[in-house]
Amino acid sequence: MGRLSSPQELEKYGNEILSARDPNQAFITVCGGTGCHASGCHAVVDAFKKVIQEKAKGNGVGLRVTGCHGFCERGPLVVIYPQKILYQKVKPEDASRIFQETVLKGRILENLVYEHPTTGEKIVAEEDVPFYKKQMRIIFGNNGNIDPTSIEDYIAVGGYRALAKALFSMTPEQVISEVKKANLRGRGGGGFPAGLKWEQCRNAPGDIKYVICNADEGDPGAYMDRSLLEGNPHSVLEGMVIGAYAIGAHEGYVFVRHEYPLAVVNIGIAIQQARESGLLGKDILGSGFDFDVKISRGGGAFVAGESTALMATIEGNVGEPRAKHIHTVISGLWDRPSNLNNVETWANVPLIINQGADWYTQIGTEGSKGTKIFSLVGKVNNTGLVEVPMGITLREIVYDIGGGIPEGKKFKAVQTGGPSGGCIPESLIDLPVDFDRLTEVGSMMGSGGMIVMDESTCMVDVAKYFMNFLKDESCGKCTSCREGTKRMHEILTEISEGRGKPEHIDLLEELGWVTAEASLCALGGTAPNPALSTIKYFRHEYEEHILNKRCPAKVCRALLQYKILSDVCTSCGRCAKACPVEAITGVQKTKKEKGKPFRIDPKKCIQCGMCFESCKFEAIEVQ
Amino acid sequence: MTQSEIETIIERYGRKESAILAILQDIQDREKYLPKEALEYVGEKLHISINKIYRIATFYRALSLMPRGKHEVCVCLGTACHVRGAQRIVDQMKLELGIRPGETTKDQNFTLDTVNCLGVCAAGPVVAIDGQYFGKMSPGKVGGTLKKFHSDKKKEGANGKA
Repeated sequence: MGRLSSPQELEKYGNEILSARDPNQAFITVCGGTGCHASGCHAVVDAFKKVIQEKAKGNGVGLRVTGCHGFCERGPLVVIYPQKILYQKVKPEDASRIFQETVLKGRILENLVYEHPTTGEKIVAEEDVPFYKKQMRIIFGNNGNIDPTSIEDYIAVGGYRALAKALFSMTPEQVISEVKKANLRGRGGGGFPAGLKWEQCRNAPGDIKYVICNADEGDPGAYMDRSLLEGNPHSVLEGMVIGAYAIGAHEGYVFVRHEYPLAVVNIGIAIQQARESGLLGKDILGSGFDFDVKISRGGGAFVAGESTALMATIEGNVGEPRAKHIHTVISGLWDRPSNLNNVETWANVPLIINQGADWYTQIGTEGSKGTKIFSLVGKVNNTGLVEVPMGITLREIVYDIGGGIPEGKKFKAVQTGGPSGGCIPESLIDLPVDFDRLTEVGSMMGSGGMIVMDESTCMVDVAKYFMNFLKDESCGKCTSCREGTKRMHEILTEISEGRGKPEHIDLLEELGWVTAEASLCALGGTAPNPALSTIKYFRHEYEEHILNKRCPAKVCRALLQYKILSDVCTSCGRCAKACPVEAITGVQKTKKEKGKPFRIDPKKCIQCGMCFESCKFEAIEVQ
Repeated sequence: MTQSEIETIIERYGRKESAILAILQDIQDREKYLPKEALEYVGEKLHISINKIYRIATFYRALSLMPRGKHEVCVCLGTACHVRGAQRIVDQMKLELGIRPGETTKDQNFTLDTVNCLGVCAAGPVVAIDGQYFGKMSPGKVGGTLKKFHSDKKKEGANGKA
């Protein structure tokens, strides 16, 4: 394809791609998201390539490696078109059978089909699987249909039409007004109205302005930005070009975490392809509008995801935040007006322009419109990425989509909003999820991490975990954050190791207040949340640790004691072999002799739990 | 790393001072650490004071002033991995390798590190060794996983590359 120099040429090219493709042609898609990589999708792709080469021979069976489908728990995922048959946990050795039976003869392979965990029903079509059924995949849905390294695939599903519409039939003001009307709120965590931000940036004095895509997704437990950038990079890019047109910017940056190598590669390919097609660079689609994008890689600092710190990093300085007396839309990158939005926010833009604000505002709640992608992880059956309309309840997400808690354990809490968010207890499980309701209960939307916790999760340990994270990631500029997080971590460590005092809870609350009030950026401003929200809803767990020196969830190692039940022990000796500190002794049974039950020397035991894990007879008890 | 190789990297980013992080990352990728001479050379060429370069080099986790081992072991401590017991994976790694996170074994074979999230949350607890992901880890699997990297033989794992 050459350069497209008008919207008509784009339309014509789109039609050409579609007419060259037979909608009834059989093809195989394999999920190539990072989750499926971790479960070995590479080998599955290679196996399919081999089978198709050997057996299809001009049969016209297509193979497409797509972006993340979201159902990472069941990877590697394979979907067979045109029937949309979902096969899960596919192994390389299944490739030949899938090809022979399903692709050629249309027969279903029962053992690879999703089975409903409670009813046992076999579910063949992707859209019928409960995990997908309650979702509304308007942003994320195309991930499974397209090859992220092919601009043709994106154009075939209607890509870059919103850009053409904006450039040729809307003024920049009209674009802004549409985004404002849609009430698109920033998906990076803050929830600031994007249209308003664009308007302020457009009205800011200055000829040179920047638009920035924040893909420095540092929240542990959240990976929707990664999957969008890896799986559908053109949608993010299209949103950025539309935003740049509305704001009057000609230069842009995509700032990506260095821990996301595949995202860096895929957005790089997308930028190159868009440039070659006349959809990026000089005179986009013959409109006279110029805009180009550069990639900037992060250095592995969480705080660099904060807007001013991110801009400092792009400038070549240390990624420390600064006070925002003057907003970045007025004076940001190199002191010029700069508009920064998160990956998911940008990906919403083409949809709003294409379908209109009236359509968009039908989805969601009063104050939060559209959908939100959450990463549903932790102690839940169906982990993965889920896109749901705003206002859906936590219960629907955890139980209907997530399939509930594994191993029949009891649900305890959901942690949302990343390290600065909070824990929501079971009593609030019918809470509708949107920006405002989450804030009301002491948590926040954040970038959309949703970590499910069950009865075997200790809330003091969770608070300690987040505080450790924040203590490490505090840049150190503000004393209140640098010292406050450190001190709170020390106190939480004391509590979890059995040295807690009753006055520690009050001290944590006081320290938390000072840290939040006296710190410059949102990192310090929200740093006490993990401690405060767990104290608010799970004070009894703190008290158990402090007063009774007990960890009810059996997580805090210093408070645990491992014991071998001598009447259950079979003297197999497995635990003694597993023990790294030789704390377990006994007489191992042989073919002739019965042996003697093993026992743990509490003085030597380091509570590592290796014996517990190695025992096949449930003879080891944790107290 | 020769001066002309550093020169190629500086040139790649248009000799711009603002590209300092990208330049240091490229040197880190090649050398697995930032040699003192390279930092001095970059500073001189881009007119950046050596103390600013050190400030950047020590601020970001991706950069290291110490030579790193042949194999980089990275245990994910993201929230999803944490609630599934990632700390015990780190503890087991410490025992197996005899080093703490941030350190390198005496034979220069392994460097142990932790990361705050690799974004592979569904497969947690996750360990990445040289960019290759190992999901659903348990303390019992640690030894066997490390063994794959003990010998110098290049082995093609099922997980492919990152």
